[in-house]
Amino acid sequence: MLAAAHPRRRRWLDAAFLLLGAALIVLSLGTLAALLLDLLRDGLSRLSLEFLTSFPSRKPDQAGVKSAIVGTCAVMFVTAVTALPLGVASGIYLEEYARKNWRTAIIEINIANLAGVPSIIWGLMALGLLVYALGLKRSILTAGLTLGLLVLPIVIVATREAIRAIPQGIREGAYALGASRWQTVRHHVLPYSMSGILTGAIIAMSRAIGETAPLITIGALTYIAFLPPSPVTPSPPFVSLSWLDSPFTVLPIQMFNWVSRPDPRFHANAAAAGVVLMSITLSMNALAILLRYRSRRVIRW
Amino acid sequence: MASEPIAGEELNLEFRLGLTPVRRVLRRVKERVIEAALFLAAAASVLVTLGIVGALVYESSTFFAHVSIIEFLTGTQWTPLTADARFGVLPLVSGTLVTTAVALAVAIPVGTICAVWLSEYASHRIREVVKPALELLTAVPTVVFGYFALLFVTPLLQRVIPNLPGFNMLSAGLVIGVMVIPYVTSLSEEAMRAVPLALREGAYALGATRIQVAWRVVFPAALSGISASYILTVSRALGETMIVAIAAGMQAKLTLNPTEPAATITAFIVQVSLGDLIHGSIGYQSIFAAGLVLLLMTLGLNILGFLIQRRYREAY
Repeated sequence: MLAAAHPRRRRWLDAAFLLLGAALIVLSLGTLAALLLDLLRDGLSRLSLEFLTSFPSRKPDQAGVKSAIVGTCAVMFVTAVTALPLGVASGIYLEEYARKNWRTAIIEINIANLAGVPSIIWGLMALGLLVYALGLKRSILTAGLTLGLLVLPIVIVATREAIRAIPQGIREGAYALGASRWQTVRHHVLPYSMSGILTGAIIAMSRAIGETAPLITIGALTYIAFLPPSPVTPSPPFVSLSWLDSPFTVLPIQMFNWVSRPDPRFHANAAAAGVVLMSITLSMNALAILLRYRSRRVIRW
Repeated sequence: MASEPIAGEELNLEFRLGLTPVRRVLRRVKERVIEAALFLAAAASVLVTLGIVGALVYESSTFFAHVSIIEFLTGTQWTPLTADARFGVLPLVSGTLVTTAVALAVAIPVGTICAVWLSEYASHRIREVVKPALELLTAVPTVVFGYFALLFVTPLLQRVIPNLPGFNMLSAGLVIGVMVIPYVTSLSEEAMRAVPLALREGAYALGATRIQVAWRVVFPAALSGISASYILTVSRALGETMIVAIAAGMQAKLTLNPTEPAATITAFIVQVSLGDLIHGSIGYQSIFAAGLVLLLMTLGLNILGFLIQRRYREAY
């Protein structure tokens, strides 16, 4: 039922809502801007090449994020190796192979539920299962696996959406020419959905980079004044995996450590670490938006 | 679900492609192996769930061998790390609920209005710019939001509320609220835009204004999708960790006053993890029991969302 207000009042209400909505959007984006400006104001004075290449220290003006940056890169490598193949393969299976039966239903409900599990719970799982039951200790490997599994649902959902956007006719054309199902996936479905999958992968990795809570739970150390052993060795076989066992810290944990100290001089360090972290995640997200925008313009079925 | 080549047709094609019998068998075996591998990848996520539930239940069960469930659920003191240990989870639950309530008081109205505005008022071009910009809020790491809450929002609030302590649930809740706005907005906006144009045109034809169409026609029609977005938002706010651990304090306290400091379930887990905890001690097990409570809360919400979707789904 529609209220029979006076026409002039109704038009006034309409205009008021138009303004209210615009104001709230400006307010939300303004908060984001305030956050960025606050971070820059507090952190810019500490941001220097020295900050990026120094180990953490008890003296606030000598502390840096070297070990945190290296740790973030190492953990993200393991995360990507875990989440991307597993996620894309799951997505392909669910869209291209799965029959409508109870097995598929269980997997689908399960993935939907996993996406809603709070990140700290992943940390508890990693602590009980990976650190103690499997004996992986508080290592880069444990952290990478934890974050890889945490972002797995994001990769799966993105892969499925990208694959679903491909018209059925493409597959039928391939089948008609005698392609097997895998050939169809390999030569048609995957290449055409690549930009969508890539977008999802970038979003997933940017989420993983900023994730702090599960790594605290598995006991990432906050004071690491050394780098993990190098993955390249001078003697054969030239590749070493011992870095996987190394203790580590990452950027968000280093920032958390500094922000929770009472000495305000460390807060400037936290802000500077925040600037580094935000420039990474924001540029990854910008890249994802760009990719999505471009693929929408280029591909017209 | 994909259309699949019909078995007989496939055979026929392989024959016409001139494949030798050996290559035909090889091809079929390869297909099977690939399908099995892909299935295993998809099934791995079920193993992960079992791992999560298993780890939480296993560690909690040893906890509940020491602490009665009645005490756990009704006790009003939570001091598992002190000599006189008490294990009443209510203070942690109250902290979690208060911060979540503050967050929802921000995110639900603001997010919903923004969604209606984007779906019913904004032009296509504005929507294409504003939506991704709002979603950038989800790209901010939560530890950065925590910094913002502790060192920007709290000092700001202290000018309005003079006796506000440095750690308080209000500032943490407000910042969580801003953080989850995009969850409300994106999903609600999509739900509203999926409402068919004919419904709007019908209302306009009856003389409705834009605001009436938006709130009395489109909003109710999209309610199932909108409530799904609310439920996702609640579960995000419940599980938020770093903002509360940084800005709301770590002292477990049974209070409903948001201007006080208090620990949430998540903040407690962080606090314990930061210390050197002996594997198998009661303190170690207590974080799993607390985590189990959180998992059950979010799982309950997920099920609720599923039921609402099923019950109120409007198909056009």
